[in-house]
Amino acid sequence: MSATNTPPAGGNTNRVGLTRADYDGAKTTLCPGCGHNAITGGIIQAAYEAGLEPHRVAKLSGIGCSSKTPAYFLGHSHGFNAVHGRMPSVATGVSVANRQLLLIGVSGDGDTASIGLGQFCHLVRRNVPAVYIVENNGVYGLTKGQFSATADVGSTAKGGKANTLMPIDLCALAIELGCGFVARSFSGDQKQLRPLLKAAFAHRGTAVIDVISPCVTFADHEGSTKSYAAVKEHDSPLHDIEYVPYFEDIHVDYEPGTTREVRMPDGSHIVLKKLASDYDPTNAEHAFAMLREARKDLKLLTGLLYVDPATTGFDEELRLVDEPLATLPLERVRPSRAAFEEVMRAHAEGSIGAPSGGG
Amino acid sequence: MNPVQHDPKINDLNIHVATVNGSGSQTANSVLLRAIFQMGIPVSGKNLFPSNIAGLPTWFTIRVSEAGYVARRVGNDVLVVMNPETAVADVAEMGPGSLIVANETIALGDVPADRIVVKVPMAKLMEPITTDVKLRRLVVNMIYVGVAGQVLGIEEAEIERALQAQLGRKPKALALNMAAVRTGWEFAAANVTTRPAFQVQRRNLTAGKILIDGNAAAGLGAVFAGVTVVSWYPITPSSSLIEATIGYLERFRRDADGRATFGVVQAEDEIAAIGMVLGAGWAGARAMTATSGPGISLMAEFAGYGYYTEIPGVIWDVQRVGPSTGLPTRTAQSDLSFVYGISHGDTAFPVLLPASVKECFEFAGVAFDMAERLQSPLFVLSDLDIGMNNWMSEPFDYPEKAWDRGKVLDDEALAKVAKFERYRDTDGDGIPYRTLPGTKDWKGTYFTRGSGHDEAARYTESPEVYARNMDRLRRKMDTARTLLPQPVLRESEGAEVGIIAYGSSDFAVLEALDQLAAQGVKASYLRVRSLPLSPEVHAFVRRHPRVYVVEQNRDGQLAERVRLETPERAAHIHSVLHYTGLPIDAQSVTHGLLAQERAPVTEGAGR
Repeated sequence: MSATNTPPAGGNTNRVGLTRADYDGAKTTLCPGCGHNAITGGIIQAAYEAGLEPHRVAKLSGIGCSSKTPAYFLGHSHGFNAVHGRMPSVATGVSVANRQLLLIGVSGDGDTASIGLGQFCHLVRRNVPAVYIVENNGVYGLTKGQFSATADVGSTAKGGKANTLMPIDLCALAIELGCGFVARSFSGDQKQLRPLLKAAFAHRGTAVIDVISPCVTFADHEGSTKSYAAVKEHDSPLHDIEYVPYFEDIHVDYEPGTTREVRMPDGSHIVLKKLASDYDPTNAEHAFAMLREARKDLKLLTGLLYVDPATTGFDEELRLVDEPLATLPLERVRPSRAAFEEVMRAHAEGSIGAPSGGG
Repeated sequence: MNPVQHDPKINDLNIHVATVNGSGSQTANSVLLRAIFQMGIPVSGKNLFPSNIAGLPTWFTIRVSEAGYVARRVGNDVLVVMNPETAVADVAEMGPGSLIVANETIALGDVPADRIVVKVPMAKLMEPITTDVKLRRLVVNMIYVGVAGQVLGIEEAEIERALQAQLGRKPKALALNMAAVRTGWEFAAANVTTRPAFQVQRRNLTAGKILIDGNAAAGLGAVFAGVTVVSWYPITPSSSLIEATIGYLERFRRDADGRATFGVVQAEDEIAAIGMVLGAGWAGARAMTATSGPGISLMAEFAGYGYYTEIPGVIWDVQRVGPSTGLPTRTAQSDLSFVYGISHGDTAFPVLLPASVKECFEFAGVAFDMAERLQSPLFVLSDLDIGMNNWMSEPFDYPEKAWDRGKVLDDEALAKVAKFERYRDTDGDGIPYRTLPGTKDWKGTYFTRGSGHDEAARYTESPEVYARNMDRLRRKMDTARTLLPQPVLRESEGAEVGIIAYGSSDFAVLEALDQLAAQGVKASYLRVRSLPLSPEVHAFVRRHPRVYVVEQNRDGQLAERVRLETPERAAHIHSVLHYTGLPIDAQSVTHGLLAQERAPVTEGAGR
C-alpha cells in the first residue's frame, strides 16, 4: 500500500483515519459562485464525516456543468464521466459488477430530465444502489442558457423570454417509480444538505437528491425562479434534519412529539425535527399532495420528501453473491467439464432449440 | 468436405416444408431433421420465417447431403404443402421427378404429370387420433412426417427416437404424435404407388456430431468463458443468444444457496445495454450484450466512448437485413463497415467473424480475452443464418486454457510500481495498464472521461497530447492485427484465383470450391476471422493475380476494406455478392465468380 494511504499522525481525522483534505478533488473549473461548487463542498464534508473509504466509492456522471464536478471531490476514488444522459446505465453496470462499491452519481437537470429521463426512470425503477444527485438550475449552462425541462412555468431566461412548458418534477417522478429515498435541497443550505447526503450514503437502493443549485451566469437574474434570491425567498423546509451514524453514540434529547426518527438498515438514524407542521416522509400520497400544493403556491419544498429504508436493492433482487462479480476467480465462473459434457451429449442426442418468430 | 462420388439419388435432396407461422410445424420439422441426422447422414435445416408470431407463411428446408454440404441449396426435391396461401406458387417451383406431399384440402393448381403428387386426407386421418380440435391442428403436422418418412426411407424407429428427444417429458403428447406418424406412414405405404428416384439411406457420417444453433453455441461459450454481467434489449435475431445464455447461467452458475455469480439486466434500450456493459467492464467484469442492426445503430456513441476511454466489453451483432427495420427475419452480412468504425471521430474496433456454430462457441471466449487484452469494446458479427438455424458440428471442446484478463494492476502489482498512469504505453504495444475501482492503493486511482486526456488520465486540450494519444490508439489496433484470430487458409498451389470470405458464407464457398474444381478452376481460399485485417490477408491478396471477395451485402464491404489496405492490388479485387436476405448458396458463388472470370462455364478450365 502506498504511503498516501497512511493516515497522518494526530490532526483532525475521521473514523477511518483520514482528514477532510483526503476527500478533496481537483480544482473546480466552474464559474465562481456556482451552486454546484457548494454541493461539491457538501459532498466532501459529508463523505469525511461519514468516514467513507475513498477506494470503496465510485463517482459517476453524465455530461454538463454538474457532471464535471466528480473530478472536484474525492480525488482518491475512481471516477467515470460518461456520455450525456447515460450515467444511470453505467451506474447499473458498475453496481452489478461490484456491489461492494458505494456509487455517487452527479447529474444535472438537462442530463437527467431531458436526454437522460428514460435511463433515470429505469435506474430508479430497478432500485440500483446509488446516490443520485441532481444539481438542478433549470438551464443548460455549458451551451449558454437554454431552458431545461425543470424550468418553472413563467421563469425567464437571461434575455427575458419566459418558459411556458410544464416542468418535470424529478422528486415526484422518483416517488412514483418506487424510489425509497427522495429528497430535495438547496445548494445554499449545507445544514440540510449534509445530513441528507450522509443518510443517502446509508440507503440500500437508489437515493435521489434533487438539489436546487443556482446558475450564477445564466439564471441568477430577476425573473428566474432558480436564482439565489428566489430560492431563498421560496425555500420551505419540511423539517430540520440530523443524521446520526451507527458508529456515533450520540443521544440528543428532543421534546417528546417534536421529532420523527427513521432507522436506516445499517443502524444509523435520521432525526427529523418538526417545523410548522408534522410531515410524515413515509407517506407517498402525502408527499405527492404536498409537492402539488407547493407548486401551486410557488413554494420550494425541501427536506426528506419520502423514505422507505426497507426497499430491496437491485443487487439483492438479482440475488448476487457477496463478492464483486468483477473479481470472482475463474473456478467460480467456469462450470465443470462434467456440466459441459452433459450439454454436448444433449445436443448429440437430444432436443433442438426451436427458433422463434418476431421482429 | 470432399467431393466424394456418390449416387445423386441417394442422400442428396432438399425437403421443403411450406406451412403457416405458429401452426406447430417446428416440432415436426425438427423431428424430420434429427431422424435423418440419427441415420448417420449429414443434414442442415433452414427456417425461413416472417416477422410475425402467427398466421404468415413460413418455410423450413432440410438439406440432406451425403457429401456433407450444409450451405443452402437452391431447388427442392420434396415439397410438403400445408399452407393454402402459398401452395400454387410453391408447387410451381418444383421440377420434374419431384415429390409433392399435400394436405388434400389444398388446391395446388395445374401440376405437370411428371411430378409425384401425394394428396393426404389429413383431417380424416386425424379423426381417430384425437377429438381435441386444438391438438388435431398441432399434431396434424406429424402426418406429413410419417408420409415423407415412409416414401423417402427415413427409419420409423429414428423418427420415434427424435420425437422422444423433443417430447420425452410429455408421454401423452408423445403417444399422440407417434400415432399420427404411424397413420401417415400407413397411408403412404398403402397409397403411394409411384416412388421418387431419390432416397435416404443409413450411413455412418454423423457419429459423435452435434446439432445446435449458433446463438445457443455463443451463449454456451460465454458462460464457460466466465461471463458475469449480461445486459440486453430483445431484438430478433439476437434474443435467443441471450435467452440461451440465461438458460446456461441459471443451470450452472448459481451457488448451492441459490445466489448468482452473474447478473442479467434486461435494459430499457440498446443504449442502456451497452452503457451497462461499459460500466461493468470498467469495474472489471466480463460483460456482454447481444443485438442486431437497429440496436447496433443505437450503440454508436457509447462504443466511441469505450474506444477512447479503453473499456472492455463484448457486443454480439447477430446481423439481419437492413437498413432500418429492413427484413428482420432474414440474414445478411451488411453491418461490417458500420461496426468497424462505428462511432464519430477516428475509431476502429476489433471485430470477430465466426463462421460456424463451433466458432460461435469458441469466439465467445476469445471475445472476452481480446476485449480485456485490448481494452476495447469488441464486436462479434454473427448473423441470422448461423445464429438461428440448426447446424451439424463436431462437438465443442471444453475450454482448457485459463482466461486472459489483460493488463490489470491490482494492489499487489501497484505496490511494486513507483507510478501508475492509466494511458501510458509502457510496453510499446499501444496497450496501457488499468486499475479497477475498489483498488485500495491511491496510486491506482484515475478518472475516466470521454473528453481529451493525457497519459495520466487528466483533462487536457493540448493538441500534441491529443494527437499522441490517437496515434497510440492506432498502434493498439495494429497490435490487434496479429493478436486476434488469424485467417484460415486453404491454399491451392499455383492458383491464380484467390477467394476471400468470412462468417456464414464459408460453407457455400467450401462447396463452391468443389464446383469450381469440377469446372477446372483452381482457387485458393482465405477465410477472414477478424478485423483489423491480419497481414496474412494482405499477403494473400498480393500473391493471387485475381481476388474475389464473397460476402452477403450489396456494397462489397470487406472487399472495400481489402482494397484500402492493399491499394496497389485494388483493381484486381472483385466482389461476389449475395444480398437477397436468403442465406448464400454455392451456385451463386460459383456463377458469380465464373461470370467474372469470363470463362464459358461449359468449357471448364478457368483462364
